[in-house]
Amino acid sequence: MDYVSNTDAQLKEMLDTIGVKDFDALLQSVPQSLHLKDLAIPPGLSESELLEATRKLAEQNKNLLQVPSFLGAGAYVHQIPTAVDAIACRGEWLTPYTPYQAEASQGILQSIYEFQTMVCELMGMEVSNASVYDGASAAAEGVLLAMRHTNRQRILISEAVHPHTRQVLATYLRGGSTIIQEIPTVNGVTDVEALEKAISDDVACVLMQQPNVFGVLEPAESISEITHRSGGLLVSSVYPTSLGLIDPPGSYGADIAVAEGRCLGSPVALGGPGLGLFATTQKLLRRIPGRLVGATVDKQGNRAFTLTLQTREQHIRREKATSNICTNQGWLALRATLFMSMLGPKGFQEWAYQNFAKAHYAFDAFTKIPWIKPAFEQDFFNEFTLTYDKGIDPHKVHQQLIEQGWAPGHLLSEWFPTHPQSSLWCVTETISKETIDRMAETLKGLSV
Amino acid sequence: MKIPEDLLYTKSHEWAKRDGQKIQVGITQHAQEELRDVVFVELPEIGKTVKAGEPVAVVESVKAAFDIYAPVSGTVSAVNEGLTTTPQLINDDCYTTGWMYTLEFSDEAELGNLLSPAAYAEQLKSGAA
Amino acid sequence: MKDRLIYERSVKGRVGYAWPTLDVPRIEPKEILSKTHIRAEAPKLPEVSEFDVVRHFTRLSQDNFSVDTNFYPLGSCTMKYNPKVNEKVAAMDGFAQIHPLQPEQHLQGILQLHWELEQLLSEITGMAAYTLQPSAGAQGELAGIKIILSYFQCKNEKRSTILIPDSAHGTNPATAALSQFKVVEVKSGADGLVDLADLKSKLNEDVAALMLTNPNTLGLFEKDILTITKLLHEVGALVYMDGANMNALLGNARPGDMQVDIMHLNLHKTFSTPHGGGGPGAGPVGVAKHLEDFLPVPRVRKKDGQLFWDYRAEHSIGRLHGFYGNVGVLVRAYTYIRFLGNTGIMRAGKTALINANYIKKKLEHLYPVPYGDLCMHEFVASAKSLKQYGVTAQDVAKRLLDFGFYAPTVYFPLIVEEALMIEPTETESKESLDAFIDAMLAIAEEAKAGLAPEAPQNMPVQRVDEVRAAREPNLRWLPPASSLPTEPPTQALGQSSMRMDSSSQTF
Repeated sequence: MDYVSNTDAQLKEMLDTIGVKDFDALLQSVPQSLHLKDLAIPPGLSESELLEATRKLAEQNKNLLQVPSFLGAGAYVHQIPTAVDAIACRGEWLTPYTPYQAEASQGILQSIYEFQTMVCELMGMEVSNASVYDGASAAAEGVLLAMRHTNRQRILISEAVHPHTRQVLATYLRGGSTIIQEIPTVNGVTDVEALEKAISDDVACVLMQQPNVFGVLEPAESISEITHRSGGLLVSSVYPTSLGLIDPPGSYGADIAVAEGRCLGSPVALGGPGLGLFATTQKLLRRIPGRLVGATVDKQGNRAFTLTLQTREQHIRREKATSNICTNQGWLALRATLFMSMLGPKGFQEWAYQNFAKAHYAFDAFTKIPWIKPAFEQDFFNEFTLTYDKGIDPHKVHQQLIEQGWAPGHLLSEWFPTHPQSSLWCVTETISKETIDRMAETLKGLSV
Repeated sequence: MKIPEDLLYTKSHEWAKRDGQKIQVGITQHAQEELRDVVFVELPEIGKTVKAGEPVAVVESVKAAFDIYAPVSGTVSAVNEGLTTTPQLINDDCYTTGWMYTLEFSDEAELGNLLSPAAYAEQLKSGAA
Repeated sequence: MKDRLIYERSVKGRVGYAWPTLDVPRIEPKEILSKTHIRAEAPKLPEVSEFDVVRHFTRLSQDNFSVDTNFYPLGSCTMKYNPKVNEKVAAMDGFAQIHPLQPEQHLQGILQLHWELEQLLSEITGMAAYTLQPSAGAQGELAGIKIILSYFQCKNEKRSTILIPDSAHGTNPATAALSQFKVVEVKSGADGLVDLADLKSKLNEDVAALMLTNPNTLGLFEKDILTITKLLHEVGALVYMDGANMNALLGNARPGDMQVDIMHLNLHKTFSTPHGGGGPGAGPVGVAKHLEDFLPVPRVRKKDGQLFWDYRAEHSIGRLHGFYGNVGVLVRAYTYIRFLGNTGIMRAGKTALINANYIKKKLEHLYPVPYGDLCMHEFVASAKSLKQYGVTAQDVAKRLLDFGFYAPTVYFPLIVEEALMIEPTETESKESLDAFIDAMLAIAEEAKAGLAPEAPQNMPVQRVDEVRAAREPNLRWLPPASSLPTEPPTQALGQSSMRMDSSSQTF
């Protein structure tokens, strides 16, 4: 099968109209040696065969409805209101492209304008773009912006920024002359004394994460103050869910706030597609990467929306563009807009609060077990790091849990060889008290 | 096409007005008309030194951005702040209120490389043909 | 102005979603967290009901043209039909509800899908290996450029130039510049193709690669492609192919056979995944054998029948995505390829060419096509002949909206005056092509008769003032009586919209 509407008879008729004798004549500019005779891929399937084949593949994965999960570490499982899917899956949202023709795309444009407003409110920032690919690339774009703005080549990154974010940044900067310096952590937070020593007037920016990769809340105000001493910019990567309870980047003076926004109404789906949130200050508006939607008027003076400030972008500026990014993550931005609209200010606060309360309940329950200790005595939101007593093999512990049908926290030894006994546990609103209690009982019952 | 007699011109459609050891720089009416509605002007920082022919500023319309080049080498000594809030000054009068920046030139001889009004008019004519 | 903003529908105290009653003891954040960590005020989001949200966003959706509702001949974007079954598969719990850090033994199905999709794409394009990680075409280009960079670093060669034809998409030079390459433009010849003499004059040992779109943005196949790749290889340089126009080659020819070294695909173009109003896309990158080691990590590999993520790769450019890429998009593309199979893919590629040439043939007497006798999957016509009647390509584009058709890509590529880039794709029927052709002819007749109205007339809004949008950027809503510092235009717009509301709501 295929999705071609035209019948063979119609295609023949069209070839006659074109004035060629057969299809091959349309390939006259393609060297004969390149003409393809066949493709070595399997024959097509009917829809029912296709659903059967893909369902088989899907069933080879253990999904999170089957396996209670305490995994987070950059990918968080949250509830999605039914209406989000119902609306977002309408063809009018799913199947248009970037709203180049404003008059035939007012729905998309208005929804992005609403999205930009909500992201500004959430982050406490002045300007938001229409989104970028994911949280990691948003952080990379943030650093690039800071380098363009300050015309400086050195950047400081907290060790407590998610390693994947640091890796993506390294890829983006590959081949340039940027000096990347990592700031170590002490007791689970960025070492501000080390930061003070490293800061100087050649530093373009400091990249921090809040809460950081250990789940711990950073002393953001101190980091911000130190960063700004020598004219550098603060890029803060945050977890949107936390912003219902935790201080937003705008309030501690971040110049650029970025986030992975998939938690706002999109499924975790093995971590992709993501939704890169990108917000900054009015001062940096002209250097922002990606699409922006603005309100204006139409010929009759009525409110209308359009893509704007496009001269920053690659299709006009080419090699002088602020970024090479072309599309945003429109459909996920829409889902986030639907999600935040439904929650409202109170719902958003309660959402964050439930994550916070459940995670603290689980933390208390798990750390009552004799061989499990908190890795750090620090504030956290919905994720925390546990350390198993010396002599206990964390891999063995987790293998046992996996075999008993759990998805336990993420072992940190691979990312942080300095923390061989630690693992990172996340509790969202989707985990019931009963599941937490059962997990605590299971841990207690393990032979370690 | 208005090409004031008291100015010098570049091939890239900038004008320069000499005042002692300085020149005031803007874009010509031809350039302004090609651009149509100017929506943003990126001005240089005062004190920036540039060589003749280097980009100094950027003028943007909705769908295009154009570099504005230094007619001669020198140091930027003033910019037209009014353009940051009212970029349309360039459309309103590109030769007076729409000036862009002032350059203290470092080599007077370079002024000799600029086009006279007649030569610039000739260039426009041949370009149009 | 028809629609209030969701913020303007807000009623204090209204809620749209209920969280379950908390089943753990309530604790006081103030007693647990340091004061500096606590947010002072809730984020200002609209207060609306679920029904408000549903009606608001359903109404807004109706203000969009989309592939499902309208013919969408947007050149170079390949707006083909997005099959419904793809959505059903992507939403299966086994694909949507899986965590990236689950143990590999719990993820064998999705790993298998990655494995198979890499092989399917390799076979369709003739490349040796793929990464599925890049999030979009532009990020695929970034991966490609970093591979080029690493390849020459690894060979200890210093090369700093990337050649790019003047007809290329803007992402090409923007991407090259991101890695500090010097961009040198290659001219198009009188036939719209790469000017071989100009190319030769720019070839030297400093050239790292040529970034080539084939077919190019004029919808023309680079007939000298084998010479071009040979010339580049002779100076030790690589050829990168921008796969934006891969729909033209689908089942017809393979970049790998053209000796292309690196290419990216746009799954949201060629492989039918929905454009979503501007993403998410996916931009897998394929490479020839000698570049496989440079692909991003992790790669999917198989050992003893078990699939796993392999992070080992001495020369890898590293990671491009927070996890493994836009997996939801990969699932849809896989579904599409399995549905079509070999004969379906080949029929799709053929029909894409026939549909494009058919429109071209029917329109070129009024909208001349300056380059090429026959086109591939798209063509670039010119609205130049209507200029004498005061009608531009932009006017034609806007008028098409009134006739119920989305507009072609306009004013690109720059080498065609008053350019209209038209790409119908294979999924449109002859009847819809004929209706589009009739509309284009009617627009030309209108123009000639001096009857062209200021289009659009029948859209939710009339011609939008883009100059004002750019001069007075208003990028977020502020409440009319806000205590925040406000920009004057926001205030004025907010107020006027409130006034117009009561009369314009017609449910």
